[in-house]
Amino acid sequence: MTIEVKDYKRSDFQAAQEVRWCPGCGDYTILASVQTFLAEMGIARENHVFISGIGCSSRFPYYVNTYGMHSIHGRAPAIASGVASANPDLTVWVITGDGDGLSIGGNHLIHALRRNVNLNIMLFNNQIYGLTKGQYSPTSELGKKTKTSPMGSIDYPFNPVSLALGAEATFVARTIDMDRKHMTDVLRAASQHRGTSFIEIYQNCNVFNDKAFIELTSRETRDDNRVYLEHGKPILFGPDNEFGIRIGELGAEIVEVSAVGVDAIQVHNAEDPEPGVAFALSRLSRGPHGPTPLGIFRDVERAVYEDMMVAHIDEAQAARGTGDLAALLRSGGSWTTE
Amino acid sequence: MSSDTETDGRPTPEKIDRVVIRFAGDSGDGMQLAGTQFTASSAMFGNDLATLPNFPAEIRAPAGTIAGVSSFQVHIADWDILTPGDRPDCLIAMNPAALKANIDDLKPGALIIVNRDAFDDRNLTKAGYDANPLKDGSLSGFHVLTAPMEELTKQALVGTGVKGRAVLRSKNFFALGLMSWMYSRPLEPVEEWNIGKFGADSPIAAANSAALKAGYNYGITTEEFHHTFEVKPASLPQGEYTNVTGNAALAWGLIAGARAADLPLFLGSYPITPATSILEELAKQKHFGVKTFQAEDEIAAVGTAVGAAFAGNLAATTTSGPGLALKSESISLAFMMELPLIVIDVQRAGPSTGMPTRVEQSDLLFAMYGRHGEAPLPVLAAATPADAFSTAIEAARIATKYMTPVILLSDGYVANSSEPWLIPDVASLPKFPVSFTTKPNDGDKFLPYVRDPETLARPWAIPGTPGLEHRLGGLEKQNLTGAVAYDGENHQVMTELRAAKIDAIRKDIPPITVHGDADAKILVLGWGSTFGAIRAGVLNARRNGLSVAHAQIRHLNPLPPDLGDVLEGREVVLIPELNAGQFSKLIRAEYLVDAITLSKMEGDPFKSGEIEDKLIELCRGLNS
Repeated sequence: MTIEVKDYKRSDFQAAQEVRWCPGCGDYTILASVQTFLAEMGIARENHVFISGIGCSSRFPYYVNTYGMHSIHGRAPAIASGVASANPDLTVWVITGDGDGLSIGGNHLIHALRRNVNLNIMLFNNQIYGLTKGQYSPTSELGKKTKTSPMGSIDYPFNPVSLALGAEATFVARTIDMDRKHMTDVLRAASQHRGTSFIEIYQNCNVFNDKAFIELTSRETRDDNRVYLEHGKPILFGPDNEFGIRIGELGAEIVEVSAVGVDAIQVHNAEDPEPGVAFALSRLSRGPHGPTPLGIFRDVERAVYEDMMVAHIDEAQAARGTGDLAALLRSGGSWTTE
Repeated sequence: MSSDTETDGRPTPEKIDRVVIRFAGDSGDGMQLAGTQFTASSAMFGNDLATLPNFPAEIRAPAGTIAGVSSFQVHIADWDILTPGDRPDCLIAMNPAALKANIDDLKPGALIIVNRDAFDDRNLTKAGYDANPLKDGSLSGFHVLTAPMEELTKQALVGTGVKGRAVLRSKNFFALGLMSWMYSRPLEPVEEWNIGKFGADSPIAAANSAALKAGYNYGITTEEFHHTFEVKPASLPQGEYTNVTGNAALAWGLIAGARAADLPLFLGSYPITPATSILEELAKQKHFGVKTFQAEDEIAAVGTAVGAAFAGNLAATTTSGPGLALKSESISLAFMMELPLIVIDVQRAGPSTGMPTRVEQSDLLFAMYGRHGEAPLPVLAAATPADAFSTAIEAARIATKYMTPVILLSDGYVANSSEPWLIPDVASLPKFPVSFTTKPNDGDKFLPYVRDPETLARPWAIPGTPGLEHRLGGLEKQNLTGAVAYDGENHQVMTELRAAKIDAIRKDIPPITVHGDADAKILVLGWGSTFGAIRAGVLNARRNGLSVAHAQIRHLNPLPPDLGDVLEGREVVLIPELNAGQFSKLIRAEYLVDAITLSKMEGDPFKSGEIEDKLIELCRGLNS
């Protein structure tokens, strides 16, 4: 399919519905980044479909002037898989959160990832249930005190990037709501990737879980803790790139460049067919606390589900014609009575 | 005997107008295959027929035990029959357990053919026999014939290349050959199937063929098998027939429904007994442009279908009771968004896992009411395997015309049984092409919840259509605009509009056909797969002088507009159903009729005799 690139402005992607997130919510910056990026992409507005589940983040489709569906808690990846399978020419986005995508909808998420349906999945991770007003989520840290865990959570959390890599997703990235440029770069790469793209977005919930990502966002600490992954480049970080990541036998480790030499630093290869190193990188931080990789962990090619589905139909039609109903009704044999 | 022997050694067969035969054996003995092939050759021969497979839920229950018995019953006749038969005239028992599990169902004096080789001490013990029933006189009320089927199969397979334990896998073909001899069936259709399935050069095909012929020839050469039978072809209406199971008919009906709607067909499904073969059949028909999506679970299965419906496909999902429970939330979403969706529930005995391979009609009220909120849906039921085809087309028509999910109820009996079907002329099938909305409907704006004044359906505008970008969702909609709305007045309006749309389908339902004595005091009202047993029971009752009417309802919600008239003035309304009285509840609630329930929950279809007996009892009550 040749894609006609249209000249859009951000406002072309702003729906009439009033945006009703809490003032100061990280969702606003994500929405602005996505709308701006959609204009930049230039794909005809009618060919975008945004599918969401339930939760704060899942109100997103109402605010984007494309086709969209605010569906059921956790089921967006399944519904989006149906949309993409039915019409592979559409650009299909899934908007989900840590509760929606990793708790009630965890099963659909991992199966979408392994199937490699052509979807862009954006998981807004704020490590809390916001819409229901502050209960711990499957990404909340152990010991977190919430209304449903007054003595601290005993629920060991998922690391969404590790989970996606474990499901052998073909595109896995992490970005953060406060860094619009980085988010746009990740969105661009995700949209260019055919197959399922999984993007974890650290998103601040300023009402129920404020400052969960403060180590990555505050002026004082962010340069120490943002570890940007760039394909083909050594993984360096720190205010003066004085630190780097080395992959050793025990996984990824932080080293001082001056001590080991820059040649010992891992050169990031997002296209590594094996997900092992990417997984090791994903284990660097929990929470997130301390140096945390951001960027594209993995970007590999694998056959796309709906492409294969269409190929089967083409193959069957080449071999058997386009389907003769009269013949089908006789496919079990027939006889004629006088 | 030799005086009336024909050239192939066949004595002149006794002409019978009908026979009910049950093939029974261990679930590894291939009895479903033997029965299916016997059915196929009977169909080709021109008999009318009806079948009833019965198998354990386990793939291989312990060999030789009662729990592991699998059977296939076929009723063949030279007249238009309606049921697979109440009681078998003939039982083929491949082992002691098969004999024990089925003997109580047989007609007095029935013919029993046993595989003598399996009646050793070990198998007798496993089946729970203290003594060998072939020797202790306990079968004296039956006509018992025995054959050493395993030994003869072994001998027949010498030289075929199949050796060792694999040899015994062909013993079902020996039994089939023997039955083909006894009931004057041609072997050619079986041979053709065998070669088509395994290949002309395959050792398996050679083994099956050798066993088949050996069984047939054993009949020719063995004196005690020399009383044979013939069921002449039935005088069915002139035309071309095929033998179809309900699940195949549903799959084909979905394809035909998609053609009628001029839409691509999408099936999102998850394997579940007894619905799975619909998914399997459609997966084979990709050249029709069918997309089948085997999802990770029941919820995802319906989810993909909801997505495909949004994108403009004729979307369906197939399941059984437990799966319908899981799909409930998504069906409510599709109802709220007013998207067409076909949900097929092939009912089985529940609740929970229940008896997955056994029939029940106990999901009716769940199909009617099993959703949160006010969410009425059209509900249809298929009465017979052949009827499943046109019911699926009707589901597609209602779903697309009224922009709504439709629940189609089938069941394990319709799914797996088969009957001859007068193949419809494809050109005569209904046509209801869908035209998507492509233009704004309010100046230069598109309002997704503006309704067609007649059907109350909202427009179907699919992604990819410029200028009609809109958002659907589970939150309540502002009337007309579809914007999120929380005000109470609007919610009342929208709830009533959605219900009114479903209720308006009533005007679009054809009149009920009442069979039998139209003005009879007794009406038998049925739905779904009870059709054959009710019709046969009513026919028998009327032959015996009773005055009875029968109506079978396909449209269960909304109910047909003339049902009130059909019920009017009856002294007795009898509702036989394979549940505790669910349709009776609906009829009582809707029409304030004191309907009588004939309930059965044994995992088997009604026997026609059960209906007839009830009618006789009710008639006595009326006359006394």
